Amino acid sequence: MNKERFGEIDVAETLVRLEGVAKSYRRGNQDIAVLDALNLNIERGDFLALMGPSGSGKSTLLNLVGGLDKPTRGSITVGDARLDQMSGGQLARWRAHHVGFVFQFYNLLGVLSAEKNVEVPLLLTKLSKAQRRKHVATALDVVGLADRARHKPSELSGGQAQRVAIARALVGDPDLLVCDEPTGDLDRSTADEILNLLQVLNRDHGKTIVMVTHDPKAAEAARQTLHLDKGKLVEAQGVAA
Amino acid sequence: MIQQIYAVTAMNLRSIPSRLGTSAVIVIGIAGVVGVMVALLAMGAGFQATLASTGEDDRAIVMRSGSLDELSSVVIREHAAILAEAPGVASNSAGEPLAIGELFMLTNVAKHDAVEPNNVVVRGTTPQVLNLRHEARLVEGRMFQPGVREVVVGIGAQRQFSGLQIGDLVEVREGAWPIVGVFETGGDVHESEIWVDREALVTASRRSAWNSVTVQLEDAASFTTFKDAITSDPRLKLQVQREPDYYASRSEAMGQMITGLGYTVAVIMGIGALFGALNTMYAAVATRTVEIATLRALGFGSVPVVISVLLEALVLALLGALIGGALAYLFFNGYSVSTLNFQTFSQVAFAFRVSGALLVQGMIVACLIGLVGGLFPAVRAARMPVADALRAS
Ligand SMILES: Nc1ncnc2c1ncn2[C@@H]1O[C@H](COP(=O)(O)OP(=O)(O)OP(=O)(O)O)[C@@H](O)[C@H]1O
Ligand SMILES: [Mg+2]
Repeated sequence: MNKERFGEIDVAETLVRLEGVAKSYRRGNQDIAVLDALNLNIERGDFLALMGPSGSGKSTLLNLVGGLDKPTRGSITVGDARLDQMSGGQLARWRAHHVGFVFQFYNLLGVLSAEKNVEVPLLLTKLSKAQRRKHVATALDVVGLADRARHKPSELSGGQAQRVAIARALVGDPDLLVCDEPTGDLDRSTADEILNLLQVLNRDHGKTIVMVTHDPKAAEAARQTLHLDKGKLVEAQGVAA
Repeated sequence: MIQQIYAVTAMNLRSIPSRLGTSAVIVIGIAGVVGVMVALLAMGAGFQATLASTGEDDRAIVMRSGSLDELSSVVIREHAAILAEAPGVASNSAGEPLAIGELFMLTNVAKHDAVEPNNVVVRGTTPQVLNLRHEARLVEGRMFQPGVREVVVGIGAQRQFSGLQIGDLVEVREGAWPIVGVFETGGDVHESEIWVDREALVTASRRSAWNSVTVQLEDAASFTTFKDAITSDPRLKLQVQREPDYYASRSEAMGQMITGLGYTVAVIMGIGALFGALNTMYAAVATRTVEIATLRALGFGSVPVVISVLLEALVLALLGALIGGALAYLFFNGYSVSTLNFQTFSQVAFAFRVSGALLVQGMIVACLIGLVGGLFPAVRAARMPVADALRAS
């Protein structure tokens, strides 16, 4: 699919397409609309930052793109998969192979070492033990943590833990990375390192990244930034292309 | 799928040490249920085994037709003499039939550390009884002498009651009779009895008829011949039972009561343990909401999550069952007690029997508690919407 890029520069291919997406939650007997009639295209190879006030629906939107949740209305297409039409089980299988998640608080499994944490998504594949080990080593290498493979999450700094989480998101080689405030729990310089890493993944490894952030400096690392307010995309700024 | 289940379960189990307190609730609760249940059932099993082991297939007990037990039966001497001559009855070396008419009465003896006296069976028999009940043998002292007011006591009765040593006096009828010997019968119900000479007892109790007649058959197959001869004889209104059948019937109701008690207590305690297990597993699931949601986000299905929570509950339950079963075995296996058999109004000494089958039953009960206790929390864990659960962090 991606091959055209080599011949013609910037033949944009849409990886994520949201059309007329609405999401509302039921609280008691009242529907609370979080997202409303939202349209969005994300091109393959993009690095998109999503900003907006708290409660504006950023995480909700990100969860829809990552297949963690289903829209109340509208269609969501990622690659050739119609996420809005999938069952829970189908979504789970789709997530296992097509998307990597990075969370604000890393969400590593406390009882497992770094390498075992990174290996977890591969348990859903048919890879042999040796193949899994190879993929894990490669992913840890990419995030620069090969020497911490045997450490437990409690023995890692916040930045290191987030690198492990990124390695876990990468290890299955998904096209799409979905990051909810990946630097929200980190200090400035550590956050910058993580943002650099994400840029490398986007630029050199061809990962399409959607990142929610409150931090304008983090948004600067992205290729473009979208603002969400009260469930609507209010403004789009192209930063780089 | 197996790989998923294995991975999630291994992770759950490895996090148990950090949740020792709540996990211990399941283990201890189930250990208690299994321990008490196994102990009570072992008591019922021991009681029934004692009575069921009494008697031999090639012996028969004859009582008045319609009598449920020896106490309510009467066999007059003439009839006893007739039945001793019936076909199928074995003879001794002197050519005399091996059949003994016996008296069956109760007397009061105090238990160890108890004030109120208890009923003990007094069996009036003859020194020939050692040939008839060949499992019986004297372990101390000597046999009573014919016509003399002397007593030999069963070793089970001696263990459970005070004042039953050789040389002690025991109230039988018309005063106290000296104990001259101690016998054993391989752990069956006769060991809880005291035996005296029947003619001495006839005089002292002013009775003339026997309560029952026990006969040695030529072989087990002769039972039908013997029974047919007795029941078809118009002079006799007697019933014939194989000894083991009779003694088993004497233990049924009592054994069932003890077993029923065991199950009742197990159910009540089991309900308590079940709530403990539910509580523990809900807590276990709650503390891992984010972990489970993370796994689901990474693409793990809900089935592995359910199964892993169930497996964790099962592992804890089995651990509890092992502890409870081991304690029951250590403290109660072979533990001797005596109790009133309300079917015969007499004390029976017996030992608890913690058998493999009972331990397996304990395991099964533990697994059931573990499964049910794990199921609801597991389903809740699996049903939690992933996106919501992730927000919980
Ligand atoms: N399961 C739910 N049930 C009811 N309301 C919900 C649920 N999930 C989210 N909401 C509501 O939806 C709105 C948007 O939530 P969302 O988490 O997407 O916001 P956000 O932009 O990510 O905010 P923040 O910057 O604080 O993370 C909020 O008002 C929130 O309370
Ligand atoms: Mg959010």
